[in-house]
This record gives sequence, C-alpha cells and structure tokens, in this order.
Amino acid sequence: MSLSLEKAKQFYRQMLLCRRFEEKSAELYTEQKIRGFLHLYIGEEAVATGIIDAIEPDDGVVATYREHCHAILKGIPPEKVMAELYGKMEGCSRGRGGSMHLFDKEKNFYGGYAIVGGGLPLAVGIALADKRMGRKRVTVCFFGDGAVAEGEFHESMNLAQLWELPVLFVCENNLYGMGTYIERAESEPDLVKKAKSYRMEAHRVDGMDVVKVNDAAKKAVAHIRSGKGPVFLECQTYRFRAHSMFDPDRYRTKKEIEAWKEKGPIVTFRKYLQKKEMWEKIDAAAIEKAIEEEVEKAVDFAEKGTWEPVSDLTKFVYSEEVTS
Amino acid sequence: MKKELTNREAVRMAIDTAMQKDERVFLAGEDVGKYGGSYAVSLGLLEKYGPERIVDTPLSESGFTGMGIGAAMNGMRPIIEIMTVNFSLLALDQIMNNAAHLLHMSGGQYNVPLVIRMVTGAGKQLAAQHSHSLEGWYAHIPGLKILTAATVQDAYDMVHLALADPDPVILFENSLLYNMKGVLDTSAQPLPIGQAKVMREGKDLSIFAYGINLFKALEAAETLAKEGIEAEVVDLRSLRPLDDETIIASVRKTHRVLIVDEGWRSGSISAEIMARINEQAFFELDAPMRRVCSEEVPIPYAKHLEDAAIPSPEKVVDAAKAVMEEA
Repeated sequence: MSLSLEKAKQFYRQMLLCRRFEEKSAELYTEQKIRGFLHLYIGEEAVATGIIDAIEPDDGVVATYREHCHAILKGIPPEKVMAELYGKMEGCSRGRGGSMHLFDKEKNFYGGYAIVGGGLPLAVGIALADKRMGRKRVTVCFFGDGAVAEGEFHESMNLAQLWELPVLFVCENNLYGMGTYIERAESEPDLVKKAKSYRMEAHRVDGMDVVKVNDAAKKAVAHIRSGKGPVFLECQTYRFRAHSMFDPDRYRTKKEIEAWKEKGPIVTFRKYLQKKEMWEKIDAAAIEKAIEEEVEKAVDFAEKGTWEPVSDLTKFVYSEEVTS
Repeated sequence: MKKELTNREAVRMAIDTAMQKDERVFLAGEDVGKYGGSYAVSLGLLEKYGPERIVDTPLSESGFTGMGIGAAMNGMRPIIEIMTVNFSLLALDQIMNNAAHLLHMSGGQYNVPLVIRMVTGAGKQLAAQHSHSLEGWYAHIPGLKILTAATVQDAYDMVHLALADPDPVILFENSLLYNMKGVLDTSAQPLPIGQAKVMREGKDLSIFAYGINLFKALEAAETLAKEGIEAEVVDLRSLRPLDDETIIASVRKTHRVLIVDEGWRSGSISAEIMARINEQAFFELDAPMRRVCSEEVPIPYAKHLEDAAIPSPEKVVDAAKAVMEEA
C-alpha cells in the first residue's frame, strides 16, 4: 500500500520527534536533570508510530516502562512528558510516576507499567469493560519479548481469546529481555506460534518499517472492531541503546548493533520515500527544525516547572484526597 | 427490614442487591458461576444474571484480578472472588503494584474502584496452603482498604461499603463464619469503613479482635465475667484504616490490652496495634499488653495440631488472666 504525502510527513515527523526527544533525554540524564531509570526507545520508533496511527483518539493504550514515544504519539504533549521525567508537578503524572509511569486519562493513555507483563491483564480488563458496555473501542497493549516468559502473558492471552475481547497485543520483539537474548529465554522463540496456540489471530511484521507496521495494525484493528476478538502482532525490532542508562551493554556486539542501525526505522523510511519520489516533497530540513524547537520548548517547560510541595506527599493514596 | 440469615446468605444478598441496583457491577472468579461458588456464596446468581455478569474464570489469579483492575479503570464495578487467601499471592503483583499504586503514580488520575473478596483463616483441616490469615500483610499496603466482617450485618454492609468506595477494597471472609446465623437489618445505616465497634462493654480489660476471632473473644469474655473480670470486646472491622480513636478510647477506659489475631505473631497486625497504643496511650497502661496469635508454624493438617496452632477461647481466657495478674 502506498502512503499519501500527508501521512508520509506525519510518520517522518513523529519518528523524528521520538528520536530527538529521547536523544535530548539521554543528554539531560547525563547532566543529572533526569534521574531514576531511563529506558530509551531509540531504534523502535516505527512500531509505536505505525500502531498508534491505526487507532482512534478514543482507543486505549497500555504501555511498558519504555513508553515515552507511545505517550507522545498518543497525544500527551512532549512538554508534559519531559516535565514528568524531571519529576515536576506539571508532568503528566504530577512527578509521581517518572519515566516509567506516564499517564493521561484524557488521552486514554492507561499508563506505563514497570513490572514486566503487569500491564497485560489490565488491557484485558479495559477491553472487557468496553465489550460489556457496548463501546466500540480497541485497547492496544504494548510489551516486549521479555514479557512472553511471564505467567501474566499467558493468562492474559488465554482470557482475551476465550472472551473474544477487543485487544491488540503488540509485542515489540527487540530480541533482548534486558540483557538476555531471546533464544536463551524462550524454549519456543517463534512468538507468533505461541500466540496461535491460543487460537489467536497472530502476525509477524518488520518492526523497522513503519509502513508495514501501519498496514498490519490497520488490518488488526479492523479485525478487532468487527468483533472477531483479539489480535497478536509481533513487531521485529531492535533498540540501538542499552536497556537503560545503567546498562553497560556487554551482551551485544558492536557489529550486531551497527547492522541493525543500517536498517533503522528512519533510514528505512527515508529510502522508501526516496523510492516513491516523496523525499524532496516532505521538506525534511523544516521538519527537523520544527522538532528541534518542540524539544527545546519541552525542556524549557520542564525547567520552569515546579516541585510539588512536600506537604502534598500523602495525597492520592486514596481518592478522597483528590481535590483538583 | 430485619431478618435472620447466615453470613453466606448475607454476602450473597448484598451482591444480588448491588447487581440489581448497578449494571456496572459484575462478579468474577474461579467457579463463581456454574459451580455456585466454592463456598456456595454465589449459588443461583448465574441463573439470575447470566455468564456476562457472573463470570467463571480459568485458574489464573493474576490474570483475572488484573482484568478486574482494568475493568475498574474503565468504568465498571467488578467484584473479584479469590478462593483462598493463599491463592491471592499469585495475584499480589496486580493487587499491590497496580491496584494499590495506580492512583498515586498516575498523579490522581486513575482510581481503581475494585472489590476483592477472599476467604481467610484456618479450622477446616485444609493444611498449609489453604489456611492462612494474611490480612495483616495486605493491611501493610497504602492504597488498599482492608475489611474483615464478623457479623451478618457486616457481611452484608461491607459489600456495599466496598462497592461504594472509589478505591480498591479487600473483603476477608472466614469460611467458618459462612454458616453462622445472625440478624440483618437492611434499613440500618452501615458503620463506615475505618470504624471499629465495641461489641461488649467492660471496665477491666480491652480485647481487640476481628473476623472469627471476635466470637472467640466474646466467648472468653463470658467465661471471664463468671470470674469477675469485665472484659470490653472490640470488633476492629477495618484493618486499614485502623480506628485508632476507638482503640485508644477503650484503652483509656480499661488500661489493659489483649489482642486476638489469627495471623502469625511476627510482623502482624496485632504488633501494629500494640505499637500504636504504645505511641498514643503508653501512660494509660496498667500492665504490659499481650496478644494471642497463631503459632509460628505453617498450619498443620491434623485436627489437634491445627487447633493448637490458632487462637481459642481458652487461650484468650488464659492471656486475659495473665494481663490482669500483671497489673
């Protein structure tokens, strides 16, 4: 399927925004402006971009601890995400969640979850509520290949298919669960086969190709919306950076990383646009400049943000404390 | 309206009433539907409400508890039944890392109006993987509310209180209480979450208990009364939040304390209560506080050993006398 020029611009802009936002985050991390764990998505941008484009604003997203891009693409303003990384009150979780727990109820962003596999049962429940209440929504649940070894993955796959719930399970298979190669963690590394063992509609897609991801996502979402139950999508991808900012990345070779960079999502998409003779028409320089300004604006917003008063520390443990 | 019924019928009636009133309420758990509930609590409800509202789940505690959390985040009012507190440990990730933490880590955006019911306690020779009292553990976790019904009135009221609450509430039900009869007044105003109740007035010593052990404490108080010791018996009802006010008021009145708790002694809710009394009313005490807890063993199968492992009215009487003698 070929892309409209407008869509091409959008994808390029979105992937680049994710890339630049995170490069800036890494920089700020080394400057100690951002602390805690910081898990970067660099290299995997085609997945979030292609998937989230295929859903509606009303649809839900459940994500993992590597969720900055999912959050931004679901509509949380980059400045609110950056302020959250800073721990400021203006952040999308008031500075209580940080990098791993971005939330935005208005945008139907149900959060980033830092226990591997922990978000999957929630997606099942969100989808169950939609089905029972007759809403035509889809819930997208992102998780990595590491989650596939967790019991909650299997429990959730079973429940979702058994009850034919409107969930799109998106496995971002970047080959490593933290530092452990998938072949060392899975007796059956063919994840599509695993999903099919639950009789679930399941497909594999090149997660470095935003057009292919988007096509697969649109088909999956159509299947789900027609009431035929959940879909599992394995997006084969790769993270160019280490698992987190603390990870010395000793378990992969430079050669392997370089080989994957050559087929990185932005590179791949540029080649696609050149082939389709759209590259010149998208004005990449203008996009780059606009993104630079957008990221600067986000950092500025975060810098100017305020610290929540310590007197509010015990707020939001129970709902009666919710005042605003 | 007042009527006599069992604890089991009271819980069932509460679920039934809640489901009639609110379309968003559903019950899910292992064997709650066709089987009628492993303790027959939901017997007959499947026929009345159908499989979409009385949901039989596969054996996957973490999966269906997490499902309940997601459904609660998305506008429903789920009641999740976990067959036994020991099994709830398979769902502990969902209960603590998600249900209890979501409101806080989302900066107040996502509350979780979820009700979890689980069976607790020993006494049926079910051995070490079906007999424990872990409500004290759950009471450790900010973000959760922990209720323990002893009376028929509470068995009914607490389901409604929990469903009306915007946050996750865990109801602990003791299987031995299901057949116990009592009077339910459906028109009575329920005692709110977080409020203890003085069940028997006394001037000599305060006995704090909850769940099935309330009845052991009350039985002990009868025995003690015959020997001239007037024990005040307080049903804690809510382990989180704890009703410091009622506890401390009772201590100020009797100046002696005994706590009955089926949890293991080390790090138990009884330890917490003693610490709070120490912090808030130390100089009111006329004797060291004591407690009757479960022995520090996994609950054994053999009847005589099981009985020896858990609190009994006799143990309560002995401990109460010891407190009195130390004064």
